[in-house]
Amino acid sequence: MSNSLLPVDGSSIDAMVKPDRAKGTLYTDPALFNEEMSRIFAKTWIWVAHESEIANPGDYKMASVGLEPVIVTRDRKSQIHVLVNRCRHRAATVCEVHKGKTNSFVCPYHGWAYALDGSLRGVPYDESYAGKLERGNLGLKSLRVEQYRGLVFATFNEDAEPLVDFLGPARKWIDLFLKQSADYPLVALGEHKFVFPGNWKIQLENTTDAYHFPLVHKTFLNVTDSETEELFDIMNKGGWVEDLGNGHSVMVMMPELVDLEEDLEAPIPHKFADLAEELRAEGHDETKVRRIVRAVGGTGFNLNLFPNLGCSAAFFRVLQPISVNATEVRHIALGMGGGPAAANQARLRIHEFFQGPMGFGSPDDSEVWDRVQHGAQGGGDLWIMLNRSLENETVGEDGQVRGDVSSELGMRTAYRQWKKLMEA
Amino acid sequence: MAVSTKSDALLELMTFVWLEADRLDHAQYDDWLAMWTPQARYIVPVEPGVTDYEAHLNYAYDDHSMRQKRVERMLSGVSVSASPVARTIRSLSRFRLLSDDGTTAELRCMQHLTEFRRGRERTYSADVEFRIKRTAAELLLDQKVIRLINADHALGAISYIL
Repeated sequence: MSNSLLPVDGSSIDAMVKPDRAKGTLYTDPALFNEEMSRIFAKTWIWVAHESEIANPGDYKMASVGLEPVIVTRDRKSQIHVLVNRCRHRAATVCEVHKGKTNSFVCPYHGWAYALDGSLRGVPYDESYAGKLERGNLGLKSLRVEQYRGLVFATFNEDAEPLVDFLGPARKWIDLFLKQSADYPLVALGEHKFVFPGNWKIQLENTTDAYHFPLVHKTFLNVTDSETEELFDIMNKGGWVEDLGNGHSVMVMMPELVDLEEDLEAPIPHKFADLAEELRAEGHDETKVRRIVRAVGGTGFNLNLFPNLGCSAAFFRVLQPISVNATEVRHIALGMGGGPAAANQARLRIHEFFQGPMGFGSPDDSEVWDRVQHGAQGGGDLWIMLNRSLENETVGEDGQVRGDVSSELGMRTAYRQWKKLMEA
Repeated sequence: MAVSTKSDALLELMTFVWLEADRLDHAQYDDWLAMWTPQARYIVPVEPGVTDYEAHLNYAYDDHSMRQKRVERMLSGVSVSASPVARTIRSLSRFRLLSDDGTTAELRCMQHLTEFRRGRERTYSADVEFRIKRTAAELLLDQKVIRLINADHALGAISYIL
């Protein structure tokens, strides 16, 4: 492993990342990791929450932007704020409960109290400042916050382009992703969190890597039902990967499940027959039953939003860098706010089956990511290959560059953005 | 809370759950699968204090079929995270009999599990709640809830049975 503090100038970045390959140093160099935190995570839009996680005034949750601890709050006027979780007096965190409801954040060290918008409200024994404490300038440091359809992003960069422009063509796919709540509000139903001993970019690559699925997840395919196994025969279904710009990409694994409002007349899968019957018994009309049942399985694609969010089939996959060789992953289960309990429970059971530290899929992903990190310690002169399906790229109907379903186009897209930000 | 303190019942139940622990640590999975009632659930919740498991997200919410699949996964040889399966050693202690009406008993204890795999050792501590049915012939697990002390924080990959 290289521990050298490389000067991160244009030439060294270019030496590490080519359009179709990259050096393993990307996973192992601590100096590079530090540069990523300041050049990428402090400069671009970072996903911090779904609005349902802070649904009501006073709700908050802890998150991170890069390595910086933040609190995502909703104030009394329903405005969302993202605040650095650091008292302006002597830097203690003002919150260590990962979600909840409050009126204020009070530093435990000297009692400085902050409102939900971060403004400083209370300073105990303030006579020692002789009236010269500039309270108006001592609120919690606040980030820029913008939302797109309930997805809350924040950035330290006042000059960052508007979120809608940053998302660009990815917005179409966010809109399609949201159809999985079947006209109910999309809500977070809970989350699994796990850590793996590897670099964050290994996980970033994985959300757009269909090539591994039938191999790494063979055990899942072996124990699931035949309908699901057929559904996941993704290498033979005409799926594709599409470059959406700014590092974003979509990997369509099941083209028939791109738009969940289509094909409602298709037969209800056997595995959902009982659910459909239960929904009918609750009095939902047949169209609604079919709409809900089709939504329960989630979408047929993974949307990678650079650098830290995957909108993946039926859940959000959030990556959180911890160090050059440690990454936390959160799998947030999604459901239908106020929707039928049976449908939401079906979604929870599907999530438990594959996702999280005890799922039938995630531990195998985690293991291969771990193996990548371990292997990258060797063969310093060898390249990480990102050239799969490079020669077969086409242009899709929206004018975006496409590769086949197992193309490494999504990784090439992400590293192009990585390189752009690292060289900026 | 009214608590039965019949020591012979406590010893009987402790011996039973120690047998379960021993079977898991020694990979006697067929015997382990036979220790459950047909409707039993094996549950690892995410959120502390949750009791309506069906309506919440869990790490595991296994009926008989899912328990079988979990065993099949460990033994299949095709799961990269379970090839090899982690070696585990678990210790159960601090037992308390919460209720016992002669047919159904509720037992709570602590579990300290050490995992070793690929040169790494990890530990998981948990409160474990057992619901155990007495039949004419044997004791059977009717529900087992594993409340990991760090359930709502980030865990490592767990490709074995807690």
